[in-house]
Amino acid sequence: MTETTRTDVLIVGAGPVGLFAVFELGLFDMKCHLIDILDRPGGQCAELYPEKPIYDIPGWPSISAQGLVDKLLEQIAPFKPDFSYNRMVSSLEKLEDGSFRVTTDENEVFEAKVVVIAAGGGSFQPKRPPIPGIEPYEGKSVFYSVRRMEDFRGHDLVIVGGGDSALDWTLNLQPVAKSVTLVHRRPEFRAAPDSVNKMYAMQEMRQLEFQVGQVTGLTGADGQLSSATIKGPDGDVEVPCTRMLPFFGLTMKLGPIAEWGLNLHENLIPVDTEKFQTSVPGIFAVGDINWYPGKLKLILSGFHEVALMAQAAKRIISPGERIVFQYTTSSTSLQKKLGVSG
Amino acid sequence: MTKLTFIAHDGTHFDMDAENGSTVMENAIRNAVPGIEAECGGACACATCHVYVDEAWTAEVGEPEAMEEDMLDFAYDVQPNSRLSCQIKVRDALDGLVVRVPARQG
Repeated sequence: MTETTRTDVLIVGAGPVGLFAVFELGLFDMKCHLIDILDRPGGQCAELYPEKPIYDIPGWPSISAQGLVDKLLEQIAPFKPDFSYNRMVSSLEKLEDGSFRVTTDENEVFEAKVVVIAAGGGSFQPKRPPIPGIEPYEGKSVFYSVRRMEDFRGHDLVIVGGGDSALDWTLNLQPVAKSVTLVHRRPEFRAAPDSVNKMYAMQEMRQLEFQVGQVTGLTGADGQLSSATIKGPDGDVEVPCTRMLPFFGLTMKLGPIAEWGLNLHENLIPVDTEKFQTSVPGIFAVGDINWYPGKLKLILSGFHEVALMAQAAKRIISPGERIVFQYTTSSTSLQKKLGVSG
Repeated sequence: MTKLTFIAHDGTHFDMDAENGSTVMENAIRNAVPGIEAECGGACACATCHVYVDEAWTAEVGEPEAMEEDMLDFAYDVQPNSRLSCQIKVRDALDGLVVRVPARQG
């Protein structure tokens, strides 16, 4: 029997808008739990462009994306949100009492009266590499992650990519695999210099092969690879390949949320502009993932959306309770929640 | 104004006047050139505005910087004349620039 985590509001996505939702919901005493597929908060800001400055956050003429995430975490700390990282939400079910049961790909169960989808461009998933005809091999002899190193024992392994994942797995799987060929478009890598040096040293000792080039073709049958064609500076090379690990970064996909029975509009979730509620009462969508006439995918728009959403969420969680509109500047009760004195 | 031409993968030409200082990608989006996705909006954080610079222009356009080279690793069928169009700024010297859109982005 899996343990169920209960919370007032389950927030899917810990990007800037999901984080700020904790603040607005917290002012109304709602406890939040955030789930994110990444291993840390910040969403695209942390994953794609942490060092890049953002110029349209009100009050910050320039702030780095990671800097904004850090400030948001500081701002929501008084509300003590819970986080579950490295998880993707999978199914959603409406319970008899009107609350929602959400499960993750790790088979955890959450129950919440309100679900807020703040999933941005969707969940980050491994990008399919630009190799023609790769689909039939996926999950059979082409994998995008390593679950068990043993699965690669005795195989002719081709690893494609030039980042840390590609280099780390090249080094880690070399003792296990029958042969390892690393394929990268150029001799420079995006990986830790130490790993790159180790790889070149092992190549010197003929413990692995490094091919400069791009994989242009695959040979095999019934999902089982036998060789790969690599187009390099000196023409095509055929290398033995019974397992392939391509590491081409991450892309964003709506994922299982698409199966939740919400109305969709070109992979976005339509909401009203009063509550930012989806077609299912109690499920809200905020930030880049929602759609309404005039929608702008701006962080500041997401901040506005969560403030209004929080009012509607409060009405669901505490029906009949009068909602008093207050300012953090002057309200002693809000200041108490924030842990500051007026 | 600087003249730019995108040649889509199906051979359609898209001619446009571009403002100096804008990026080549921004002009593709503004003119709805098919095949330029620019998912990240120009942050050099994806590789979905990949173009091939016409051979006559590669010298003038120049080479990608290290960060762009890193992103190009994620692009489809990268050639020596590959660039990310969000990293090319329009200027007078590029008047008449021709770039081609690849078969697919990533």
